[in-house]
Amino acid sequence: MEKQRYERPILKKLETGMPGKFGIAANLPPSTHIDGISVDSLVETYGSPVFILSEKTIRSVFKKAKKAFTTRYPKVQFAWSYKTNYLNAVCRIYHQEGSWAEVVSGFEYDKAIANGVEGQHIIFNGPDKSAVYLEKAIRNDSIIHIDHLDELYTIIELTEKCAKRPKVAIRVNMDTGIQPMWDRFGFNYENGQAWDALNKIMHFGKLELVGLHTHIGTFIMSPQAYGVAAQKLADLTIGIRQKYNHTIKYIDLGGGFASANTLKGFYYPGSDTNPTFDDYAEAITSALLNTQFTPDNLPLLILETGRALIDEAGYLLGTVIANKRLSTGKRTTIVDIGINLLFTSFWYEHKLTPARHYSQYTEATTVYGPLCMNIDVIRENVNLPLLNKGDHFVVHHVGAYNMTQWMQFITLRPKIVLIDEDGTAHVIRDNETIDNVMNMEHLPPHLK
Amino acid sequence: MKLKENIAISDSGYLFNPSTGESFIVNPLGMEVLQFVKKGKSFEEISREILTRYNVDPITFEKDYQDFIHQLRQYLLIGSDE
Ligand SMILES: Cc1ncc(COP(=O)(O)O)c(C=O)c1O
Repeated sequence: MEKQRYERPILKKLETGMPGKFGIAANLPPSTHIDGISVDSLVETYGSPVFILSEKTIRSVFKKAKKAFTTRYPKVQFAWSYKTNYLNAVCRIYHQEGSWAEVVSGFEYDKAIANGVEGQHIIFNGPDKSAVYLEKAIRNDSIIHIDHLDELYTIIELTEKCAKRPKVAIRVNMDTGIQPMWDRFGFNYENGQAWDALNKIMHFGKLELVGLHTHIGTFIMSPQAYGVAAQKLADLTIGIRQKYNHTIKYIDLGGGFASANTLKGFYYPGSDTNPTFDDYAEAITSALLNTQFTPDNLPLLILETGRALIDEAGYLLGTVIANKRLSTGKRTTIVDIGINLLFTSFWYEHKLTPARHYSQYTEATTVYGPLCMNIDVIRENVNLPLLNKGDHFVVHHVGAYNMTQWMQFITLRPKIVLIDEDGTAHVIRDNETIDNVMNMEHLPPHLK
Repeated sequence: MKLKENIAISDSGYLFNPSTGESFIVNPLGMEVLQFVKKGKSFEEISREILTRYNVDPITFEKDYQDFIHQLRQYLLIGSDE
């Protein structure tokens, strides 16, 4: 006789008069497959934990975002924010879809070049651009977004040496009505710093001012803030034309759109309530179209969207290590995914689903990672079915930042697998080995 | 170890403690264990019974059983005299 599937015995106290949190079914449907491949077989083949990326989702989300803007505005260009996920395979998918590259370091700059991006399609952002890389960018006709006056003066020095006319924009920070206001990058709009920088560039005359850039923050829940930002950059564009008879070619509104994740402390799931691409596009394009721009002098709209494009395409598969109770009686679940791999669990209530069907019984549990640290918490309080040791589960919407900001800490970093549009899996980054880590170390002679 | 006399258990896994007014649910395995406990079976007997019918190893079941009994005790559904 075949044995029945085991589910541990549970006793749950019923709280009368207390509707379930959100009134949302606690019992999430399981995620047995990702793009046609079973979660169990992915774990079996590639190990646990393992990051999975769906090429199908990357492309379809990109197309959705692009459509939201191109149906409302004639000239739109996306530039893939490398820091969000700079795996070469990922970057190349975005470049195939027509994205330029947006980079913030020499390392990212070189990666974009290695990925075949033409120099003129690389936007160079960030406060730390070395003279070596500024020179490289100037020689390659890349667009430099100037962050501070020291950088402006370095570029001015380099124009002589390179005998080139560098293409530049300035990064503008501004009050868009949201908190916190990111005013540490670029030049401020309200206090006149932005105009001061623009005047310096125009009077110097040897730089080609091609654009204006802002990045107002990240996970911005207010589309209207983008409307304000677009309007302020449009005002500067029009002011430059009036004062210098110079045409700014593009307005770059940076990144910052919310993905479908649920921010901690928010009542409803982000997938239901966060603004959509259409909401952001509507706010931005109406602000631009409602200015004095005429159809023949509309600037190109550049977007450096990161997390909203890739979050949904990323999954992290893991395994239950143990179930435990705290001294208070609270149920806890220990899993093999820690904050070293899932650092976004500091901000998000990541959606977790089991990899197979369970009964309708659930238990409230705290999900802890495997690190020996108190802060290693994946979910503070989540209703999960009665997972057993060894069971697999799926963390959703992890495509942004986790695969770049992860840490080699206590354990080694796992494989990253891309499932292509035909449903074939490819390892796009190997797991680390102890040799990878030890090979970088050197012992002084007296310790050998 | 004995389930308190006055605890009402329905077939659908619903428990009511009239002395505190608290109600609880148990899942099907919880229900089975509860019925065994009610009949006064020992852990060894219960374990043997569960292991022959369910896909579980003895160590996991023992741990889960202890946890379940601990919960019953915590909610004062069984006497703590043993
Ligand atoms: C200049 C710039 N552009 C784009 C992005 C991407 O932002 P997000 O992932 O929030 O869309 C960032 C992220 O910090 C950034 O600093």
